[in-house]
Amino acid sequence: MTLDMVRRGDRVRILKIDDPQVRFQAIRFGIGEGADVRCAEKLPAGPVVIRRGRQEIAIGRGIARSISVEAL
Amino acid sequence: MHAHHGGVTLGHGHRHHGGRGPLFSPARRIVLVGNPNTGKSVFFNALTGIYVDVSNFPGTTVDIAQGRWGDDLIVDTPGIYGVASFNDEERVARDIILKSDLVVNIVDAVHLERDLFLTQQLIDMGIPLVVALNMMDEVEAQGLKIDVGQLEETLGVPVVPTVAVQGRGMDELKDVICHARPGRVDPSLLAKLKSWYGSTAPNPELLLAAEGDLEVAARAGLEPQSAREELYIHRRQRVNDLVSRVVLDTREEGGFAERLGRWMVQPLTGIPILGGVLVVLYYLIGFLVAQQVVGFTEKTVMKGVYEPFVRGLVERFLAPDSPLATVLAGEFGLFTMTVTYLLGLLLPLVIGFYLALAVMEDSGYLPRLATLVDRALTGLGLNGRAIVPMILGLGCVTMATMTTRILGSQRERRIAVALLGLTIPCSAQLAVITAMLATLGPGFALLYSAIIVAILVIVGTLLNQMMPGKSTGLLIDLPPLRIPRTGNVLRKTLSKVQMFLSDAGPLFAIGSVLLSVAQITGWLQGVQDLLSPLTVGWMQLPKEAATAFVMGFVRRDYGAAGLLNMQLTPQQTLVALVTVTLFVPCIASVMMLFKERGWREAAVVWVGCLVAAFAVGGVISQLLI
Repeated sequence: MTLDMVRRGDRVRILKIDDPQVRFQAIRFGIGEGADVRCAEKLPAGPVVIRRGRQEIAIGRGIARSISVEAL
Repeated sequence: MHAHHGGVTLGHGHRHHGGRGPLFSPARRIVLVGNPNTGKSVFFNALTGIYVDVSNFPGTTVDIAQGRWGDDLIVDTPGIYGVASFNDEERVARDIILKSDLVVNIVDAVHLERDLFLTQQLIDMGIPLVVALNMMDEVEAQGLKIDVGQLEETLGVPVVPTVAVQGRGMDELKDVICHARPGRVDPSLLAKLKSWYGSTAPNPELLLAAEGDLEVAARAGLEPQSAREELYIHRRQRVNDLVSRVVLDTREEGGFAERLGRWMVQPLTGIPILGGVLVVLYYLIGFLVAQQVVGFTEKTVMKGVYEPFVRGLVERFLAPDSPLATVLAGEFGLFTMTVTYLLGLLLPLVIGFYLALAVMEDSGYLPRLATLVDRALTGLGLNGRAIVPMILGLGCVTMATMTTRILGSQRERRIAVALLGLTIPCSAQLAVITAMLATLGPGFALLYSAIIVAILVIVGTLLNQMMPGKSTGLLIDLPPLRIPRTGNVLRKTLSKVQMFLSDAGPLFAIGSVLLSVAQITGWLQGVQDLLSPLTVGWMQLPKEAATAFVMGFVRRDYGAAGLLNMQLTPQQTLVALVTVTLFVPCIASVMMLFKERGWREAAVVWVGCLVAAFAVGGVISQLLI
């Protein structure tokens, strides 16, 4: 499944990020491939906010669709 | 981008504060590096005091502050998450870091997992380093414990806990700076560097070349590798291991600030909060600044005292109606209109807007606002970040056009510039528009807003559909909400205002000369006559409306103000207001458009605005009148 399908409160593992630019930035933020994150917020048809530790990242829906995740 | 800060001196800075001291050649270049929102500028101010030189890095909107600390030069850098060339900020920071003697890395102790990635990268570059572990007060407040000794041990560089805003730890930091040293580089990274480049000594160019930075590799004559991902992942693991060993987390959820942060992002609560913010903004900028302050600076000071003085001065040497006197001190004079407009009208507004923006940015509201509006802007081929130029456009479209540089791709910049020129009324217009709509009642006000918003949505959607390529998506860090620091806010505002004046000032001057020439040669009158069939026949407005439209190009607010004095039916008023809003932006913004986007694209946007203004105005007129 992809990140845009998660619901608020879900815990998921990031499996694959297609866009290389997004992938590099995600590694810097600590949410790269392999990271376990929690969906902190999800806006209707809008961005998904994910949280890892105290770090919160807002990800636009288009990018979220290109990130594969698995439920934990 | 070439490094241009080579052999930098504070000669420029001396000019600012009037000193004539000897040129300063620093013993060391100490560079402050950190993620955004780590309090870097507080360190900069604590070290350098008031002798600061802020300059714009050429070709970017990135400001670089430099100051003196004893015999050393302190250089501030924009907040970055890593050293590479993903955007202007990173390229600027990278080039400054490459020329540093040592780096003070400021780290947000609450967000070590994020911040230490940059720290480890700096260490892997082999640069002598000191780490300031900032915001230690929040660490305690949030129930975290950090083993500073082990952090220092593992990184291999001095680590100083600080609470910069309270001055805690600053003296210790100053003492430790001279003990900066290269940290512990990952042995496996060293092995890789050796296999690629035959060198075992870590060095900044080597690492960046290995991480595939083509610019740095070419400059240093190194073969770039494509190992960025491998090295990043490895570094990330190293940092995660380190954090899991040194940070003891005793509580997961944050307090009120965190809940408030969530409310700002969720539409159900976020939209009312945005509404409240806009009301406050409107009161502070639309009322206090635009009416009270500008009323004083523009009418009383500039038009009441300054302009008569300049006119008197010019007329002492030149005949009042001579061409030169017109250019210098006429209706659109270089020393009358340009100066009045820039200093009397725009300066207070620009200060107001940049102040508000700095507060929203430093408090952590701006990234949340970008998240909230992201969905709406995606349909227009933009992402949430474009809210910044859109808000600034309500102040001054020229300033907003300049700010579109922050957007992630050329495609987004193109769309944003077109929408700004076409649909966003600047504060000068907005004042007159609201005044006129107020006399018409809520129905017409609603209709006007609906028409403008509809055009914004239609044009944005069309541009997004027609333009090739793809816009970038939103990917931003949501920093914790914090009370902004006055000093930071003021410094940020000041440097942005300076940049605006130096970038836009000359454009306003050239514009006023062109207008004076047009007036002297009778060209302005010609255009008005040329337009009148369109205004009278097609839009069913009085002949004088053409004057208002042409004057609208001179100054957007004149255009709207001209309409105020005309006898118009409510329907005619609506047609005129819509046309004036869509009509080309003022002459300075057109020139900024040409400067930012090149003549071909700018011409398309400009002509497009003209056609759209008359087309939409005419259609409404045909429907209503």
